[in-house]
Amino acid sequence: MEKFKTIISTALPLPINDIDTDQIIPARYLKVTTKDGFGKFLFRDWRYDKKDQPITDFVLNRPEYDGKILVAGKNFGCGSSREHAAWAISDYGIKAVVSSFFADIFKENALNNGLLPVQVSESFLEEIFKISASSKPAVLKIDLENQEISLEDTSLSENFEINGYKKECMINGYDDIDYLLSLKKEIEDYENNLSITY
Amino acid sequence: MAKTLFDKVWDKHVVKQIPGGVNVLYIDLHLIHEVTSPQAFAELETRNLPIFRKEKMVATADHNVPTINQHLEIKEELSRFQVEKLGENCKKHDITYYGLGHEYQGIVHVIGPELGLTLPGKTIVCGDSHTSTHGAFGAIAFGIGTSQVAQVMASQCLIQTKPKTMRITVDGKLSKGVLSKDIILHIISTLGVASGTGYFIEYAGSAIQSLSMEGRMTICNMSIEMGARGGMIAPDETTFEYIKGKKFAPNGSDLDDIIKYWKTLTTDNDAVFDKEHHFDAADISPMLTYGTNPGMGVKIDGKIPLAASGENEKSHKKALDYMHLKGGDSLLGKTINHVFIGSCTNSRIEDLREVANYVKGKKKAENVSALIVPGSKQIEQIAKKEGLDTIFKEAGFSLREPGCSACLAMNEDKVPNGEYCVSTSNRNFEGRQGPGSRTILASPLVAAATAIAGKIIDVRNS
Repeated sequence: MEKFKTIISTALPLPINDIDTDQIIPARYLKVTTKDGFGKFLFRDWRYDKKDQPITDFVLNRPEYDGKILVAGKNFGCGSSREHAAWAISDYGIKAVVSSFFADIFKENALNNGLLPVQVSESFLEEIFKISASSKPAVLKIDLENQEISLEDTSLSENFEINGYKKECMINGYDDIDYLLSLKKEIEDYENNLSITY
Repeated sequence: MAKTLFDKVWDKHVVKQIPGGVNVLYIDLHLIHEVTSPQAFAELETRNLPIFRKEKMVATADHNVPTINQHLEIKEELSRFQVEKLGENCKKHDITYYGLGHEYQGIVHVIGPELGLTLPGKTIVCGDSHTSTHGAFGAIAFGIGTSQVAQVMASQCLIQTKPKTMRITVDGKLSKGVLSKDIILHIISTLGVASGTGYFIEYAGSAIQSLSMEGRMTICNMSIEMGARGGMIAPDETTFEYIKGKKFAPNGSDLDDIIKYWKTLTTDNDAVFDKEHHFDAADISPMLTYGTNPGMGVKIDGKIPLAASGENEKSHKKALDYMHLKGGDSLLGKTINHVFIGSCTNSRIEDLREVANYVKGKKKAENVSALIVPGSKQIEQIAKKEGLDTIFKEAGFSLREPGCSACLAMNEDKVPNGEYCVSTSNRNFEGRQGPGSRTILASPLVAAATAIAGKIIDVRNS
């Protein structure tokens, strides 16, 4: 897994609540056996019309929104457990997703792929959307080490939560398999001491 | 200390607590299917790792399989490749695989319970969010991503933060025409699609206890539509009776012994939940959804809300635009051309019996195409044995072979662009049943009535 470094980037605003994983990547694109190349299908049905033509006002089709941070409405990533959603976002070149609330499975999938979910307050999120809708796109700085997100050209910043274990993994590029394999002896001991086995 | 049902099962599976608030959780059963497993097998191969406990894995093909002519080669190339890959991977790693044509093949969340693999007190995972279904047996069951599928393959464990607990109590007697699907749609439309995020739910109360295992599975299945990783119901005599005689379930004195343990899997009287909700069964009517998430639901004779409050206003408008519906209107009388009865929510034998009971001697409306997709090969066989296939045929319904089908439209079973479908599945997201499709979620009874009438009717008056 790639190490997560501090990023400063244009925010790609998607001010819609409850964006589900079927919108992030529709099921018809899940019929492959590799993890690569999903970026071109990211938000496929919001990004292209029925004739495969780009929908010009969708954020990913607007040249001024060229960045590495996706900012979405509350409850981002709800629905299916498909990790293809996180793969598609990463493959598109996005390094962090900012929202006021994330669905659980999406959050875990993102973290397992070096994609940082940053949960901010409703008011901070609104501020990003407000600036994005005005003259020029908002620029965000995300500092994982200090767990801080700031809105460039303003004095606004916030701290965000991440559990200590996952933070270490993100910063160092470790994944859960590495850690679990180191526990083999403890897992076998657990199995040997069970009173009820299935 | 007093414990909830969830705590009892969770605590028994903690291998280790890691600083930073996370647990290493042992997994008793790992179900896999063709769509979310290939990249996990590849991950193990890249790292040159073996499967740690292959005997705790069971595979089936369900998500993208055709529902006609399953004995022939799959026509669609990508689907065929994915299904073949699963077969190859299972063969290579010696994992039990119920592929197309096998008597136990079916939707992963349907076959687990009917084979007696799903049991009280187990931890169960699968790379599919509706794994919550298995919680109906008092198991901790939840969906995982593909990286986590690889983790379980490699170590039989997962690294998890312990969720908060929520109890939803439904007391009282259900009214005529109200099924378990209506209970869960009512709950989600009341509490909202993110109300369960961060929680594990226990469903309790007399209305829940009165349900069959099939009904309980429908409720637990849709826990994820509230954002909850899982939902569970304390095992009781109904549970034990269901398990008895199932292929891989304990039997004889083993079963008697383990039932003694299963009987301890209840929430202690003085246990405290992080959140509690109460519902009165008498307030629940047959339900329909009008929007593009499962929380956008109304009573069958209710009106589509005019507007949502504050932050949800934009989503409400976007949903109604997509659905081509108007706030303030009723869905009663709406012409419907497609009916889908199936999915891990409502494709069990009880659902098929419910539909057969309603459509027996009737004929579907001419404008409707009505698809019935059983959850498993075993259910298909029972349906045929009971003569339900004849009833469906005479009513003009198409009874197919098992799979996920039009629930997520990965195979050929799609709802055309702009058309409405009354569906017994679990998600009404934009494009879920095919690009541009408009899904209205409902119970099998409402779906059956819609197919006969060709439009939405109040099933209580029919």
